Amino acid sequence: MTTTDPTPLEQSEARPGPIQVMRRIVATPAVGPFIALVLTMAFFSFKSDRFLQGQNLSLVLQQVMVVGVLAIGQTLVILTAGIDLSVGTVMAFGQIVMTKLAVANGVDPLLALLLGILACVGFGFLNGALVTGVRLPAFIVTLGTLNIAFALTHIVSNDLTFAPLPSVLGYFGRTFTISHTDITYGVVLMLVLFAVTWFALNQTAWGRHVYAVGDNPEAARLTGIKTNRVLLSVYTVAGLTYGIAAMLLVARTGIGDPNAGQTTENLDSITAVVLGGTSLFGGRGTVIGTLIGAVIVGVFRNGLTLIGVEVIYQYLVTGILVILAVSVDQLVHRRRL
Amino acid sequence: MNERQPILEAQGLVKRYGQVTALDGADFELYPDEIVAIIGDNGAGKSTLIKALSGALQPDDGEIRLDGERVHFRTPLDARRAGIETVYQDLAVAPALDIAANIFLGREKRRGGPLGGVLRMIDKRAMRREATRHFDELKIAVRSIGQPVETLSGGQRQGVAVARASAWARRLAIMDEPTAALGVKETAQVLDLIRRVRERGLPVILISHDMPHVFELADRILIMRLGKRVAVVTPQTHTMPEAVAIMTGATKAELEQAMTKDEPT
Repeated sequence: MTTTDPTPLEQSEARPGPIQVMRRIVATPAVGPFIALVLTMAFFSFKSDRFLQGQNLSLVLQQVMVVGVLAIGQTLVILTAGIDLSVGTVMAFGQIVMTKLAVANGVDPLLALLLGILACVGFGFLNGALVTGVRLPAFIVTLGTLNIAFALTHIVSNDLTFAPLPSVLGYFGRTFTISHTDITYGVVLMLVLFAVTWFALNQTAWGRHVYAVGDNPEAARLTGIKTNRVLLSVYTVAGLTYGIAAMLLVARTGIGDPNAGQTTENLDSITAVVLGGTSLFGGRGTVIGTLIGAVIVGVFRNGLTLIGVEVIYQYLVTGILVILAVSVDQLVHRRRL
Repeated sequence: MNERQPILEAQGLVKRYGQVTALDGADFELYPDEIVAIIGDNGAGKSTLIKALSGALQPDDGEIRLDGERVHFRTPLDARRAGIETVYQDLAVAPALDIAANIFLGREKRRGGPLGGVLRMIDKRAMRREATRHFDELKIAVRSIGQPVETLSGGQRQGVAVARASAWARRLAIMDEPTAALGVKETAQVLDLIRRVRERGLPVILISHDMPHVFELADRILIMRLGKRVAVVTPQTHTMPEAVAIMTGATKAELEQAMTKDEPT
C-alpha cells in the first residue's frame, strides 16, 4: 500500500519455510489432486500388472464418465457454497423418463432423450428456486428433492426396468479405436463438457460471479451482481449436467433401471469435487481439479477390484478419502481466516 | 456564501421507523474537490443519512440533488449508475479472486469481436492493465495485480475497495468507516489513500468515529445530532473538544456559535 515504505509488505512475503511451501502447493488449484492421482496410479500399477494397460485405463474412464459429468454440476453448486444431494436420484429420474418414453410409450428416442434431460433441468431449477426464493439451505432443499426424485422414479417406472433400448439411446456408449485402445464417445462428451465448463468459469463474467457469490455473497451483491440470478442459473445448469449424465448412464448400461444411480453416485460426485480441491466453503476450486478427483475415485474403484479387494471396502476407502480431503480443505481454510 | 454549486445536496431529509425518527430534517452539501466528514454519536442519524444518499434507503421526505438535479435513488445500484461509489467498513471484497477481478467485479470488460460477442469472453489482460493503472495512480504498491486479495494485508484489501470506488465513481465516493477494521499503521495508509483520491479530483464523504482522523483529513465536518445537522465546522475554526461538545450537545452556547459558521469559507 505505501510507496514511502514498501518493505513491510515484502518482509511478510519472504521466508517461506518448508511448511509454507507445502501449504502453498496444497493450496494451488489442481496440483495437490494431481499428485494424489499420480501416487494412486503408481500404487495400483505396482500392485497389478493389468492396471496401466490401455484397455484398463479406457475402462476406468468409461466407469468415470457418469460420475464425472454429475461432478461438473456438483462443482458449480459447491463453488457457490451450496451442496447438491439430489444428483443421483435426479439422474435416475431423468433416465427413467428417457427410457420409459422411448420404450413403453413409443416416443421418438431423440425427443425422449430431450424430455429426460429437461426433467433433470426442471429439478435443478426447482432446487435453485427454493434456495434463492425461500432462502432455504441447499442441504435441506436437495435432501428434499433427493426424496422427491427417488419417489417419482419408482412411481413413474412402476418399478419396472425398460429394455431393449432404441439404438439412439446407446450412442454415447459406443467406442472408436485409437492405437488398440477403445475410447467411448461418452468419455469424449465428458471431456468436452469439462472444457466448456472450464471456459465458462474462467473466461466469462458469469464464471467470475459464480466464484464471487460463493466467496463473499455480500460483497458480490454490493458490487451489483444479481446473486439470486447467479445461484438460480448454477442450479439449473447443474440439473442439465445431471440430465446429460442420465443419458450417458443409459448408454452405458443399456437399460432404464429405477434402482440405478441411487447408491454410490451421490457421494462419488461430492468426493470427486472435494478430492479435486474445491472448497466446501465456496468460492475456490477448479473444474479441472474435479476431473482429476473423479478419475481418482474411478482409479480407486478399479484398482481395488483388480487387486481383489471386496466391493464393500471400496465404500470404506471412499469414505476415508472424503474425510481426508475435507480435512485438508478445512486446514487451508482456517489458515485464511 | 459559496458560489459553487454543490455536487451533492440534500435538504430536509426525514426518515422514520415507526415511532423512531432517524432523520429529522437533515441537510447536507458536498462541494467539488473536498472531503466532508460526517460525525455524530450513535443514533445521531449519520448512517441513515449516508444510506439515503447512497440509495440504500428512501427518505420519507426531503430532496436530494446531484449536480443541481433532483434524484431519487431506489437502490444502491441507482446511485452507482449516477456515479456515486461506496466503500464499506467490512472489506467488501471477494478474497479468493485476484485484485483485478475485484476491481472489475460485476463490471467485467468483454473482449471485442466474436470472442466477446458470441463466446462472451472477458478481457483479462485489459482489466489487469486498467487495474494496474488505477493502482499506480493511487500509489498502491502490491506485488502483482493478479494476486488473490486474501494474500493482502487488511490495509491493502481496503486499498482494493478504495481503488475500485475511485475507478468507477464519476461524481463522488462515500467512505463508510473505511478504517474501522484496520490497525493503526494500515489506517494511516488508507487515510493517505483517501487524500490521494481527493487530489485526483473526486470529492469524498467520510463517515468516521475517529476524531483525530476526521480532523486530519476533512475540509469540512458535518456534525449530526438527533437526526439533524446541528453544525458544520472546519478543523481551522474548531478544536476537537469543541466538535465533541457540539456532537453530544454539551454546551448550548457552543452550538449556537457553531451554527453561525455553517458555510464553508
